[in-house]
Amino acid sequence: MAETKTIAPAEGPGTRFWNWLTETQIWTSVFRHGRPDSDRNRVLVVLSNVFLHLHPVRLRKSGVRLRYTWCMGGLSFFLFLVLTFTGLLLMFYYRPTLEYAYTDIVGLREHVPLGIMREMHRWGAHAMVITVWLHMFRVFMTGSYKPPREFNWSVGVVMLVLTLLLSFTGYLLPWDQLAIWAITVGSNMARATPFLGYEGPGAQLLRLGDVPLIHAADDARFALLGGTFVGEGALLRFYVLHCVGLPLAIAVLMAVHFWRVRKDGGISGPL
Amino acid sequence: MVLIKGFVNTLADPRLFFLLACVGLAVLIWKREQLASSAVGYGTLGFLGIFFVFGTFDPNFRLIVTKPDNVPIVGLIFLLAFFVWYSLREGVLNDRRIAAGQGPIEKAESDRVWVWPDLVYIELIALVLCSVLLIVWSIFLKAPLEQPANPANTPNPSKAPWYFLGLQEMLVYFDPWLAGVVLPGLIIAGLIAIPYIDRNPKGNGYYTFNERKPEIVLFLFGFAVLWSSLIVLGTFLRGPNWNFFGPFEYWDIHKLAALTNVNLSEYFWIRMLKTGYPSAWAVRELPGIVLVLLYVFALPVLLGKSVFKGYYEKLGPSRYYVTAFLFLAMMSLPLKMLARWILNLKYVVAIPEIFFNI
Repeated sequence: MAETKTIAPAEGPGTRFWNWLTETQIWTSVFRHGRPDSDRNRVLVVLSNVFLHLHPVRLRKSGVRLRYTWCMGGLSFFLFLVLTFTGLLLMFYYRPTLEYAYTDIVGLREHVPLGIMREMHRWGAHAMVITVWLHMFRVFMTGSYKPPREFNWSVGVVMLVLTLLLSFTGYLLPWDQLAIWAITVGSNMARATPFLGYEGPGAQLLRLGDVPLIHAADDARFALLGGTFVGEGALLRFYVLHCVGLPLAIAVLMAVHFWRVRKDGGISGPL
Repeated sequence: MVLIKGFVNTLADPRLFFLLACVGLAVLIWKREQLASSAVGYGTLGFLGIFFVFGTFDPNFRLIVTKPDNVPIVGLIFLLAFFVWYSLREGVLNDRRIAAGQGPIEKAESDRVWVWPDLVYIELIALVLCSVLLIVWSIFLKAPLEQPANPANTPNPSKAPWYFLGLQEMLVYFDPWLAGVVLPGLIIAGLIAIPYIDRNPKGNGYYTFNERKPEIVLFLFGFAVLWSSLIVLGTFLRGPNWNFFGPFEYWDIHKLAALTNVNLSEYFWIRMLKTGYPSAWAVRELPGIVLVLLYVFALPVLLGKSVFKGYYEKLGPSRYYVTAFLFLAMMSLPLKMLARWILNLKYVVAIPEIFFNI
C-alpha cells in the first residue's frame, strides 16, 4: 500500500461506545483486524473474512457501477441464498408423496400464520430465472466472455441450465393441476429424444431381433419420471433432485464461477 | 376503445407479432443514435405501462395478465425492453466516445476503488432492496394452487412452465424431437461455443455496438426475438388448443383454426408431378431429404465462398463451419415459420414411419 490514510472519527457517545466495543476480548477474537478506518484495515477486513474474501481487495470503478453490472449476477446469488433458506423451511412442512404433497401445501397456506415462505420461494425462483438471463445478457453485451473469460462463460451457461432445471423440478412439488400438467408437457419432450425416446427418430432401429430395446418403460422419459407418467416416482425423483442433487451441483459450479472471476482478472473491463 | 382493442388483437397475431418483434429490433438497431436518448427509453417504458394499466380494465386481458404465474412475465417484458434499450444506449454512448478518441467510459473508470466500503455497501443496499421487493410481492400476491393433481383431467391449454413456452411455441413449427430435444441442446451448445467462435478481440469489457455489430445483432435476435418474444407469445397469446388469442380476446374453447398444412412431398409428387406417392418412404421424401442435406451441408460451403467469405477467412474452416451450422440451426425456426405462413408447409421431411419429421 502506497498511502495509508486514516479517517479520524468524530467524537461522541456513539463513537465512544463503538471504540469500547471493538476493543473487547470477544470482538477482537472474532475480528482479527482493527476498525476499518485506515486503508490497511480495509484490506484486512476483506482478507481475514471467509465470506468477504470472495471479493478482491480493490476493484475497478466500473465494477461497482450499476450502470455497468446491473447487479444481476449478485442478485442471482442472493436469490439463490433466499431460495435455499426458504426451501429449507418448506421442507419441514412438506412430504413428497401422493398422499400428502397437495394437502401439505394446503396446510402451509391455511394453517401457518403470516406464512409467506412458499410465496417467497416461488416468486424468488421466478425472479432468479429472470436475473440469471439478464446477467447473461449483460455479460454478453459487455463482451465479458472474451479471453481470458471463455471458460467462465461456459460454466455460467451450465448454471443457467441448472437454474431452469431447479425451477422445473420445483414446479411439480405442489402436486396440483398446474404442476403435473406443466411437467407432463415438459417431460413429454423426452419421449422424442432421438434413439433414446420410444417415439424418437431412430429408436425403432435399436432392437435385438423382434425385441425393441427402447420402449415406454425404459426410455429417456422413463428415466426422468421414474415411471411412464407423472406419478409417485416422478414426485420423489423431482423432490430429491430439487432439494439435494441440483442445488449441490449448482453450488459447486458457483464456487468455480466466483473463483474464476477472481482468477481471470476480476470483473471485466477494457484491457 | 373497441377499435383500439381490435387493432391490438390483430397486431398480436403470431405472424404479425413475430414480424413486429423483428422490425422493432431492426429499427432499434438502425436508429440507435436517435433512440439512445433517455426520453425515448423512459417514454417507451411509460407507454408500455399505460398500455398495461389501460389493458387491465378489460376482463380478458386482466384474466391472463394477473394470473399469478404470469406476473413475473409482465415484469420480464418491462425489464427486457428496458435492458435491451439500455445496453444499446450504453453502446452508442461509448461509440461516440471512441469516435471522439476518448476510449470507452469503462476505461476512464478503470482506476481501483476499495471493496470495503465501496462495494460491500452497494451489495448491502441491493440485498435490502431485493428482500423488500420480494417480501412485498409475497405478501400481496399469493402463490397459485389449483385443484389437486388429476391425471384424468387434462387442462386446456396445458402449458409448460413459462420459461419453456418459447420451446412449446416451437412445437407449432417443429416436432418434439427437434423443438424439445435437438434445438434446445443446440441452444446450450451454441451458447457455450460463443466465446470460442467469436474471434473479435474488440469490445472486451465495455459496452459498444459499432465494434461488434454482427455478434450483437445475432445475439439480440436469438435472445430478444426468438427466445423472449416467443415466451411472451406463448404465455399471453396462446389459449385452448394452443390457438391464437389476442390479448383482449375471450378464450373460446370452440375457436376453430384452419389447419390445411401440406407436406413438401405432397407439393412435389402430387401437385407438381401430378403422380401419386412412391411407395417407399425413402423415395417419397427424397426432395425434402435433399433439401435438408443441402441446407445443412452445402449451404455453409456456398455461404463461405460468397456472402460470408470474410468470416471464413477470419475464423478459419473449423470455427467457420461450427458457426455456420449453429447460425443455420437458429435460422431454421424463422425459415420454417415463413414457410408455414406463406406456403402452409407442414413438414419438409415427413417420415412418420420412424418418427422422423422435419
